Amino acid sequence: MSNEYRKDFPLLQQEMNGHPLVYLDNGATTQKPAAVIDAVNTYYSRYNANPHRGAYDLSVKATDLYEHARKRVKTFINARHGYEIVFTKNASESLNLLAYSYGMHFVEAGDEIVISIAEHHSNLIPWQQVAKARGAVLKYMYLDDDGRIAAAEIENKITARTKIVAVTHVSNVLGIVNPVDAVVKKAHSVGAVVIIDGAQSVPHMKIDIQALDADFLVFSGHKMLSPMGIGVLYGKAELLDKMPPFLFGGDMIEYVEEQDATFAPLPAKFEAGTQNVGGAVGLAAAIDYINQVGFVEIERREKELIAYAVAKLKELPYIELYGCTDLKDKTGVITFNIKDIHPHDVASILDADGVAIRAGHHCAQPLMKYLKVNATCRASFYFYNTRAEIDQLLASLQKVRGVMGFGS
Amino acid sequence: MDLSGVYTELIAEHNKSQHNKRHLKTPTAVLKGKNPSCGDEITLEVEVLDGIIQDAAFHGIGCAISQASTSIMIDLVRGKSIGEANDLIDTFIGMIKREITDESELAVLEDALALKNISNMPARVKCAVLSWHTLESAIQSGPVKLLADER
Repeated sequence: MSNEYRKDFPLLQQEMNGHPLVYLDNGATTQKPAAVIDAVNTYYSRYNANPHRGAYDLSVKATDLYEHARKRVKTFINARHGYEIVFTKNASESLNLLAYSYGMHFVEAGDEIVISIAEHHSNLIPWQQVAKARGAVLKYMYLDDDGRIAAAEIENKITARTKIVAVTHVSNVLGIVNPVDAVVKKAHSVGAVVIIDGAQSVPHMKIDIQALDADFLVFSGHKMLSPMGIGVLYGKAELLDKMPPFLFGGDMIEYVEEQDATFAPLPAKFEAGTQNVGGAVGLAAAIDYINQVGFVEIERREKELIAYAVAKLKELPYIELYGCTDLKDKTGVITFNIKDIHPHDVASILDADGVAIRAGHHCAQPLMKYLKVNATCRASFYFYNTRAEIDQLLASLQKVRGVMGFGS
Repeated sequence: MDLSGVYTELIAEHNKSQHNKRHLKTPTAVLKGKNPSCGDEITLEVEVLDGIIQDAAFHGIGCAISQASTSIMIDLVRGKSIGEANDLIDTFIGMIKREITDESELAVLEDALALKNISNMPARVKCAVLSWHTLESAIQSGPVKLLADER
């Protein structure tokens, strides 16, 4: 198990059900390095105060740390301005913010919203509800044989009536990188705005938002080594500026009178109430850690793991793989089923061996229907996983049919 | 965790068995039970006549635990009165929640005792109890009202 990063992750040192923990549910949430845990600890031990409020030294320090975190995120995704970074709870909240503050205000009856069939529920339901409320049409782009959004679908579904295109950069089920450049190009050619759900891409690959030219990008901190409860909405300043606030309250106003109020400039306009400063500090530390490892290394490791795992899984005749025909544009996510066995039984049997995978519909029920499955198993890797862990996964998988009373 | 105590031969057999997977000719209640978070979905059919569960059957998809639990339950309640069935449901749920541990009290569950170890697997409790909650609703909705009317 030669992986110099594992020692940095306290949780990975422990056992589960009497076996060394093999944590393969990184698509759901990643583990946290000591550097992140320590940064949060230090914040609460030494710097905690309400930012933007007090005239005293501690509040100024808390403000500095919070705004420093914003700068870290800005540089991380290469945004033009720091005020284009809005802190939220997670990608879901960022998408809801967009649905309420953009969708509900700028989508009219008869307009079209285009998403893909591979969306996580959090980039699907908000648009479904906006379409319902505004009398708009929700259209789906379907997938090609490799599991990515088909080129013809991008060409045909995005039309002059399209106002919003919201797509996942990487599917949380298939792990396939979607052709978001083509989506952005086509959407902009018809005057639509593009929202990229980066929850499964930002932790795994270098994103240059100016080069990508998407109008909005959302992601969650907890899927990239940060604490839970901190997320990001990036938006182009001119778009964020014309959007009304999402939540009202403290810290997002300029002047408040009995019957009226004016709102703070970006990004405070979208950050009502006391924010998760500890989370933002943790996110900044996570970005530092990821930068230290480097995306070249992260991608190299994940590619190696996925190639190894897929090759081994293909040797087992009773395993059906989804979205594994082309590994070129694939991140470290493998979705599969074992013949005759429900994914939850697979997950329970693996659990007994200390192997943590996800089983179920992965918050993507329409995609499950499209793939004609009820549920699947998913193993998802990060750079701290090892070949030895994949060997353990395979060893456990080979026990499953026997435990369930089926011959191999 | 001892898997052999969970995925017993009996559970594997009931999971694979199709003998309760059919449609009734004259069901008095047909009810869906769902665990939306995991995708278990069963449809339970029961025929209640004169306060007795004459027959029951199911179809649907789900994990081995939900499928086996449903099949075992059907074998257990077939021919029982509504009152007896309700007592069995309470006892089964009590066993899974570890509220009832007295073995003599649990004996009435017969084959369903095979699911006892699910109480050690919090993540799977909802799989085991799905059909029992569905049966509870099924025998309380239509048929129970009929009985009340007759009184």
